[in-house]
Amino acid sequence: MGMIANAYELIIYILEFFGVYGPIKNIFQVLGIEFVLKIIIVLVEVGILFVFVLLTVMFLTWMERKVVAMVQARYGPMVTGPRGLLQPVMDGVKLIGKEDIIPEKADRWIFTLAPFIVFIPALLVFIPIPFGQSLIISDLRVGLLYIIAISAVSPVAILLAGWASNNKYSLMGAMRAVAQDISYTIPLALAAIAIVLFTGSLSTVDIVNAQSGTWFGIIPKWFIFLQPLGFILFLIASIAEMGRIPFDFQESESELVAGFFTEYSGMKFAMFFLAEYAHLFAVSGIVVTLFLGGWSFPILPFVPPMLVPLVSLGVFLVKTYAVIFFAMWLRDTVPRMRIDQLLNLGWKIMVPLALLNLLLAGFLITVWGAF
Amino acid sequence: METDELIVNMGPVHPSTHGVLRFRLRMDGEIIKECTPVLGYLHRGTEKLGEMKTYLQFIPYTDRLDYVSAFPYNYAFVKAVEELAGIEVPLRAEYIRVITMELNRIVNHLVSIGSLLMDLGASTMMLWGFRERENALQLFEKLCGARMTFNYIKPGGVREDIPEGFIPQLNEFLKDMEKRIEDYEQLINSNEIFLMRMKNIGVISAEEAINYGMTGPTLRGSGVNYDLRKYEPYSIYRDLDFRACVRNEGDSYARYLVRIDEMKESLHILRQVVDTMPEAKIVSSAKYGIAPMTGAPSAVSTYFPRIFAPPAGEVYSRIEAPKGELGFYIISDGTTKPYRVKIRSPSFCNLTAIPKMVQGLKIPDLIAAFGTIDVVLGDVDR
Repeated sequence: MGMIANAYELIIYILEFFGVYGPIKNIFQVLGIEFVLKIIIVLVEVGILFVFVLLTVMFLTWMERKVVAMVQARYGPMVTGPRGLLQPVMDGVKLIGKEDIIPEKADRWIFTLAPFIVFIPALLVFIPIPFGQSLIISDLRVGLLYIIAISAVSPVAILLAGWASNNKYSLMGAMRAVAQDISYTIPLALAAIAIVLFTGSLSTVDIVNAQSGTWFGIIPKWFIFLQPLGFILFLIASIAEMGRIPFDFQESESELVAGFFTEYSGMKFAMFFLAEYAHLFAVSGIVVTLFLGGWSFPILPFVPPMLVPLVSLGVFLVKTYAVIFFAMWLRDTVPRMRIDQLLNLGWKIMVPLALLNLLLAGFLITVWGAF
Repeated sequence: METDELIVNMGPVHPSTHGVLRFRLRMDGEIIKECTPVLGYLHRGTEKLGEMKTYLQFIPYTDRLDYVSAFPYNYAFVKAVEELAGIEVPLRAEYIRVITMELNRIVNHLVSIGSLLMDLGASTMMLWGFRERENALQLFEKLCGARMTFNYIKPGGVREDIPEGFIPQLNEFLKDMEKRIEDYEQLINSNEIFLMRMKNIGVISAEEAINYGMTGPTLRGSGVNYDLRKYEPYSIYRDLDFRACVRNEGDSYARYLVRIDEMKESLHILRQVVDTMPEAKIVSSAKYGIAPMTGAPSAVSTYFPRIFAPPAGEVYSRIEAPKGELGFYIISDGTTKPYRVKIRSPSFCNLTAIPKMVQGLKIPDLIAAFGTIDVVLGDVDR
């Protein structure tokens, strides 16, 4: 099992296990189009990921409502399906049925393009996230850099959406979003670099592997224990990057109606919505990968090798949902900050602290190395 | 770098202007250069209606001025009429009136704080506030059959005596509310982000507040000890032990704290009122007779004459409504309809201070300051 590096190889392994890979490969070899098989397998794994992410997003919208309802002493959705589980489906149907309005004064092209530019990076960011042992689309050697870079695309799209809407609220929301994203990507990246110092690699798989095992047999070797400050900084910065309360300026509904997507309706609106929750899931997954040991857990060595991908997927999901729950819980508890307070916090407190954290990490590694 | 000024219209359809208020903002980036409230979207001509309706017919209209806290509005009008006609009110009726008004003060502050936090992005307080408000509304419903527009207080007393089981339910509410206020304080007061948003925002000095004619919690938040229940005691407030809640800072946070303190004081008042309630079940003035209605379930149902014409004269009568000083100025020409009804509504006067408060602040601060002014648009546009 240890030889399987990513989902592509895992699919081939499963096909071999059932004894069908050889015959299929032969057919393609005879036809001389072996590369088509490769493309098909890649499409299958990407398709699985796509469906998985969409289902997760639907589940998350339901979960968000239920968590909010729990905090606020009410039921949340209860009518559609068992305990309202089918509510996201109904929402989707409703949104598809809505009229797709493009304002007369809007820049039609950019207005239509923006939701896609928001949505696609939200999916692309999943490529180097290890969902479990060998459950990764591609173990990029620059995985972490890739994640940070891809996340930086969405503010551009938000600015496009805000500008193209030709609406003051939208534009202000978009400007805020960009200011916020830029100022929080820096502490985010600095906190992540401290992890890279420990692992010496940007690959997400290496980062997870570095966190397997335990100290003294009880404490798992997660980076949260080596980098508590880094963890807090990264968590705050990622919540700010996601644009959730207390940092949800891009859409602060009591001030800017709905921020940059004020003018959007129907499926285009749904795209922003989907992207937001896909982003929430992705960022939580990244927090888990970097600081909470990813899919590794001290019981994994005792699991039969055949089941390791499944069990590790379970471990990863449990940890990710814990982080997501925290973000939802936070949203129900605290008010929103003000944009200048947010920027002050980002530049005057988070960036210096992140630099200090980097110094501490370097110091720790040097001392560690000396032993 | 030269930048253009931006005119932003906030409202009349905007989530955080508590109804249909419109702000016309002259913005320099995110900084508010000038803020002009534009009123009139909910104008229903209530004052003019006062001239068209008889005194008794006008009482339901007072319910609809400030629909969040209607009892004090009922009372303020009825009090003016009583002063005009010289009607004595039995003690038990005054006790019931104070119960309704103080309960309504709690309801009003719950809604006010809830919507303030909602505007700041913390929706939980809104839902918690409405949970407790529901209990109070059920009490109102038990009392007079309506949840928001009561038409319960009548010249010379109240419509009906309190029903059976009302006092135990009220006691339960008081006990529950005490714990709930602690919960609110835990959720909100120690929240660093909340403090950042509220402290030193929308500051208005005592002198300015007086000059703008601000009253109620908004004035007391600026350190002016002016509570009509103390300053010019009416009803049974003279005999009750309570304090006017005052804070000196004059910022949004102070105004919020005054509201929390006032809820506690109201609970304190309610406990006293329940304990010292007179037993005699007379809830209507002798002058206008207590005639049992035939077939009515309660023997103390009151009867008001259809033709009720106070003597000619004029009166200005004011009370401390949850939002501030509420006054009714009535001129009577001796007929069944008032010659003129002028309403001095607290929301309208408090709102005038907003442009001064938010000058040079940002839009989010406008939201935070406006939330602590606590206006209801039905009260602003009479």
